[in-house]
Amino acid sequence: MLSPVILVPALLNGLMTGAIYALIALGLTLIYGVLHIINFAHGTLLTAAMFAAFFAYALLGLDPYLAGLIIAPLFFLIGYGLQRFIIGPTAHGEDRNYLLVTLGLAIIIENLLLYVFRADTRTINLPYAFDVIEIGTAFLAVPRVIAFVAVLVVASALWIFMQWTDTGKAIRAVAKEKLGAELVGIDVAHIHAVTFGLGTACVAIAACLLIPTYYVNPTAGDAFVLIAFTIVVLGGMGSILGALVGGLFVGVVESFSSMFLGQSLGQIGIFVMFIVILLVRPSGMFGQQA
Amino acid sequence: MAEMLLRIYAISKRFGGLLAVDKASFNVRPGRITALIGPNGAGKTTLFAIISGFLTPDEGRIVYDGADITGAAPHMLARRGIARTFQIVQPFAGLTVRENIAVGAHLARPNRVDALAAAGEVAYAVGLGTQLEQSAATLTVAGRKRLELARALATKPRLVLLDEVLAGLNPSEIRDMVPVIRKIADWGVTILMIEHVMQAVMTLAEQVLVLAEGRIIAEGSPQQVAADRQVIEAYLGHGAAARMISGAGHG
Amino acid sequence: MKTYLPIFVVVAVLALVPFVTASNVVLNFLVVTLLIALAGQGWNLLGGYGGQYSFGHAAFFGTGAYVTAILQVQYGINAWFGLLIGIAAGALVGIVIGALSFRWGLRGSYFSLVTLAFAEVLRIVASVAPITGAGVGTLIKLDLRPEAFQFQSRAPFYWIALGLVGLSLIVVRGIENSRFGAYLVAIRENEDAARALGVDTFSVKLAAMIVSAAITAAAGCFYAQYFLFLDAAIAYGTWISIDALLAPIVGGVGTLFGPLLGALIIKMLGESTKLVTGGAPGLDLAIYGLLLIAVVGLAPRGIAGLLSALVPRRFRPPSDPEHHHG
Repeated sequence: MLSPVILVPALLNGLMTGAIYALIALGLTLIYGVLHIINFAHGTLLTAAMFAAFFAYALLGLDPYLAGLIIAPLFFLIGYGLQRFIIGPTAHGEDRNYLLVTLGLAIIIENLLLYVFRADTRTINLPYAFDVIEIGTAFLAVPRVIAFVAVLVVASALWIFMQWTDTGKAIRAVAKEKLGAELVGIDVAHIHAVTFGLGTACVAIAACLLIPTYYVNPTAGDAFVLIAFTIVVLGGMGSILGALVGGLFVGVVESFSSMFLGQSLGQIGIFVMFIVILLVRPSGMFGQQA
Repeated sequence: MAEMLLRIYAISKRFGGLLAVDKASFNVRPGRITALIGPNGAGKTTLFAIISGFLTPDEGRIVYDGADITGAAPHMLARRGIARTFQIVQPFAGLTVRENIAVGAHLARPNRVDALAAAGEVAYAVGLGTQLEQSAATLTVAGRKRLELARALATKPRLVLLDEVLAGLNPSEIRDMVPVIRKIADWGVTILMIEHVMQAVMTLAEQVLVLAEGRIIAEGSPQQVAADRQVIEAYLGHGAAARMISGAGHG
Repeated sequence: MKTYLPIFVVVAVLALVPFVTASNVVLNFLVVTLLIALAGQGWNLLGGYGGQYSFGHAAFFGTGAYVTAILQVQYGINAWFGLLIGIAAGALVGIVIGALSFRWGLRGSYFSLVTLAFAEVLRIVASVAPITGAGVGTLIKLDLRPEAFQFQSRAPFYWIALGLVGLSLIVVRGIENSRFGAYLVAIRENEDAARALGVDTFSVKLAAMIVSAAITAAAGCFYAQYFLFLDAAIAYGTWISIDALLAPIVGGVGTLFGPLLGALIIKMLGESTKLVTGGAPGLDLAIYGLLLIAVVGLAPRGIAGLLSALVPRRFRPPSDPEHHHG
């Protein structure tokens, strides 16, 4: 059971799954790091993006990776709008209200999807979905390898954006010291909305990377969200590196624990880890103090 | 000589690389008003947080009424008779003035009716009697400072730590607040106050402690401390004392 | 000091309903409404009065439901005892979650997250554990005798639900009039200031959690007896976590009658939506989400808040909170 022939593929598969988790968590941690809100609508936005990717292929024949070029900016705008015109104004800046409003959004989005698309599970059939790349004894599905690489690219791009562009610096400024940023003339409401938009764009990309190998139904995103939360607390609220490392870590943990314990207990393992981290060190490995 | 109510032995507190409090030691006599002064950033509020249990010191001991209370939790200290106000006022904004004070009054009075009634008495004593049924959120800064005071007093403390209770008040509000503080001391409550308003320190305090860069640099009556070279330099900079003296010589 | 009179008036008036109508539809609707109200009463104590927003009250509801059901089905224990034990079990879960969360000082969003996680863990466990029937669920055998806590007609169920809600109202009012209640509200408003005034915040929050859990567990026990079927998604599903918080927030968070008022509103909204859309799943819940956002944005103190804003100042009771702070 413990031979490398089995462990190495489990490890690699865990890393590839973890990469997608990391990207979803990246969006969440970005939003938390800057707005200091826990975005409960994150999962449903993922689901919505998955539906978009699904229909892009089913109706328009668009390859998901190409569709991503349209869906990602589209969801950036959606996220921007949500924060600028709904979440920001209704929450009046209070933590508890943000929780409730994002929860409300989550309920709306999920149930609208349910109403419009029913509960059926759908999948797409890409011609190359079952192609594999051989690495040693491991057979890795091509879409998953593409996803892994794409996540690394996106994470790097995001990091560069945050370090070198004016907007990125403005975002970091607002994250560190909102009042100060306001005083130097940064439009905080705009930056908040941009950040939310970026976080949403992250899940949109993740959706496009997922759809070749994963199914979509109105509750598909939920499974990922609590995992994303776990990663965010593990890797640290607000840390891009933490989301990446944490995501890969969780992916590997899940892969191994599913192998030894089975699917459901594997899930429980993640939640238990989540609870333990929250209790012991909510600021995570790399994160800011709570 | 009366037994010391509060003894601070070599308290130190570090935040990362910053040594906020550096082996501070002093005593507070019961029934008197003691002022803790010093330039900004000297560590005064940190010291208060340590004494009231919100922070634990890295070194040192605190002895209150003969018992070692180092590291005890804030609510336990409140029950032992140590009350504090906060530098940035913390009213229970959603409650009325009476309900605010009643939270403090409940410490000694389990019954709701008693606590609400006692709250009324305390409110009148600090000058908030006419605003009892108002929401705490509608009070002015001066009103909120009085509320802070009233809430702390309602717990029937023996020692009250006042953290810049006069900050943000205009001169006439300060003039109105000083007698209130004196009245509390007249009741027998020991007061340790952090204060920047020197006029109040000079008139109210019987004992003054000066904290600079985390260390106690002077201790004595207000007049003694005002003339102390080290104190002058802590506030006005190195060599200021000498300049003042030579300047006085010329005038 | 607040009087208990309004509680007796409201309960007495509501008790008359089965005499006014024999319609099963109406009674069923009201029973479910009272069920949600009861679950919401529990949430409201911890969240509305205490300021700790739990997103996982399903943990208590489901525990009450499953314990009652399993005791009857597997061990033949009388349903009324099952109710008591179910409530105790819910309280026990409350102790565990509360002790862990509050001992480690979890506040705000972190607390909400951890309660969500606990509820999810219970749901997953219930979905695979043999004792709950796993995927198939648990079915309580039909035994229409009062001794078995089952009744031919809806009216007795209605009165029992009403009785439970009435009891919870009395408990909450009692807390409002006590030192414990004053301390709880102080913690909501400003936890550090409360500590400085001698409030043992850990103990107070834990006690509030226990009572909150017990009340919501009672709702779960009742659910089991009324519907006679449970599975993990019903017992520990997010639907009840959401309803339990939605009702008080819509009705008036931190007020006595908020959960009851809110439950009525959201159920009526849900039913009307179903009528209009013809029962397709999802739209009624989407409306709930919209309602939540609307309330938070426009009427943070809920319907009770809107109503009390209409009452002239002179008529307000002496300790009417004018300003709800998050």
